[in-house]
Amino acid sequence: MAAPAFVRAFDSDLWWSFRRSPVTVLSAVVALVCVGGALLAPLLAPHNPFDLASLNLLDAFKPPAWAAEGDLAYPLGTDDQGRDMLSAIMYGARVSLLVGVSAVLFSTLLGVALGLLAGYLGGAVDAVLMRIADIQLTFPSILVALLVDGVVRAALPREVHDQVALFVVIFAIGISNWPQFARTVRGSTLVERNKEYVLAARVIGLSRLRIMLTHVLPNVLGPVLVIATLSLGFAILAEATLSFLGVGVPPTQPSLGTLIRIGNDFLFSGEWWITIFPGAALVAMVLSVNLLGDWLRDALNPKLR
Amino acid sequence: MFAFILSRILQALPVMLTVALISFAMFAYVGDPVAIMLGQDFTEAQRDALVRELGLDQPFFVQFAKFVVNAAQGEFGLSYRLSRPVAELIAERAPATLELAFCAAALALLVGVPMGVYTGLYRNSWLSRFFLTFSLIGVSLPTFLIGILLILIFSVWLGWLPSFGRGDVVQLGWWSTGFLTWSGIRALILPSITLGLFQLTLIMRLVRAEMLEVLRTDYIKFARARGLPNRAVHFGHALKNTLVPVITIAGLQLGAIIAFAIVTETVFQWPGMGLLFIQSVNAADIPVMAAYLLLIALVFVVINLVVDLLYYAVDPRLRVERGAVRGA
Repeated sequence: MAAPAFVRAFDSDLWWSFRRSPVTVLSAVVALVCVGGALLAPLLAPHNPFDLASLNLLDAFKPPAWAAEGDLAYPLGTDDQGRDMLSAIMYGARVSLLVGVSAVLFSTLLGVALGLLAGYLGGAVDAVLMRIADIQLTFPSILVALLVDGVVRAALPREVHDQVALFVVIFAIGISNWPQFARTVRGSTLVERNKEYVLAARVIGLSRLRIMLTHVLPNVLGPVLVIATLSLGFAILAEATLSFLGVGVPPTQPSLGTLIRIGNDFLFSGEWWITIFPGAALVAMVLSVNLLGDWLRDALNPKLR
Repeated sequence: MFAFILSRILQALPVMLTVALISFAMFAYVGDPVAIMLGQDFTEAQRDALVRELGLDQPFFVQFAKFVVNAAQGEFGLSYRLSRPVAELIAERAPATLELAFCAAALALLVGVPMGVYTGLYRNSWLSRFFLTFSLIGVSLPTFLIGILLILIFSVWLGWLPSFGRGDVVQLGWWSTGFLTWSGIRALILPSITLGLFQLTLIMRLVRAEMLEVLRTDYIKFARARGLPNRAVHFGHALKNTLVPVITIAGLQLGAIIAFAIVTETVFQWPGMGLLFIQSVNAADIPVMAAYLLLIALVFVVINLVVDLLYYAVDPRLRVERGAVRGA
């Protein structure tokens, strides 16, 4: 069996095309800063926005440090409760990333599993699964996520819901995005299952599950990596949108979307930085991830070279 | 032609039934309508009477059939949150959303297509480069941030345009319109741009890519060789042949416009269906959610049908192929 496509791709070819594109290098740097800042927030952030004892209402509504009344202790200003915006953004990016990555993992697992089943088994399983995917693809995924979130919200009592809200959001965004993965994997599985190595595996009497998991799966994962990267941007945006609408993550764990929603209330009183800086952080994160995804797609697709 | 329409409608039916089943399952299994309607104090007998009256003791399929019949007549019961008929609530809010969606779609098409044609024809001019950079921003900014930025610039800093609501509306029968008053039109500007910007950039990029493709083909060279004026070549021959994918995407994006209207309506406190829906999600108001879901599904199915019919009108090849198959 040949080495899986996604392992083979990480040779010097890919590295070369990476170095050759300044936009890609720049977005990789931005993405690294975002991810690094988010992951290391407890170490790097100048303040702890969740430590109520350290908050001082006298520090509320401070503009960014470069403005006339700015304070160097709060480089990006403070919000209505005197929280440092830079720290809040770093902690918020953590939640955004956590939800985004988990949702993509969830839809990847679900989509790959169902796509593999549909493609390898064919027949009724294939027809039913693909029909469901078609119906779901008719609707924009953000709508599906909203709806799943709303139904779960209605089904659970409020106290329970607040505890599991993070998982609900991950589930809702994940479920809204599986058809993409399932369709791609099904397509490549249809091609792979008629190849000779699969026939050979069947001849020596391996079980269908074993053939699917150890023989077909590694050969259909190449495109999945690209879709997963591109989906990460979507998932982060979807989470921000849900949180902005007030149905996303609980207010006790504010994500970037929650920060933007809170800041939106102060837009008219002139405190623009409370909403614009989290927004800028969100855009930087999503844009860099999307550009990296685009580059990966082009680099792994020999037809475009 | 008739057989084609009929087959498309038959394909749409299972979609609608599936969505109806999901809405019905929400009604039947999420929350307890009996408990909500009875309130705190009730006897077992009262409860049983209400269960019988609502038909909740009937078998699943009887209940589902009743739900479908009622839904087909626009009957969705009362909103848990507002205690008013759901159909009435939606009818009241629909004009606001439809006018907004119409303006956004018009903006996207009327600006997006010419920009796409221009960038396709003059691909190296500085204006084309500017349009392309601008479109990258349009694609990367989330809808709600575009709205917030527009409000910040045009309402807070410049004070030119209103930032929330519909302005003054004129009542035409049951339809309330913002098109007839100055403040209504002013109120439409920022939300329409917010909602339409993403679609605009998408359509522009699509038209550009298709134009570049078509301009390379032989029949364009032939049209030029025949000495046809540029205008006839660009619009009569090139643009016309880019229309099939543009119609598909534009049609499907119309659905996306209605979905993203939820976000835009929240940012601008626009009193439409999307705001109603998000308030219902927050309050777990199942009847409104179920009705909205069915309505959106209907809109999507109708859009898909119309897109298919437009193919027919735009691309004569489809007619010939189908005719040939039928003749054989």
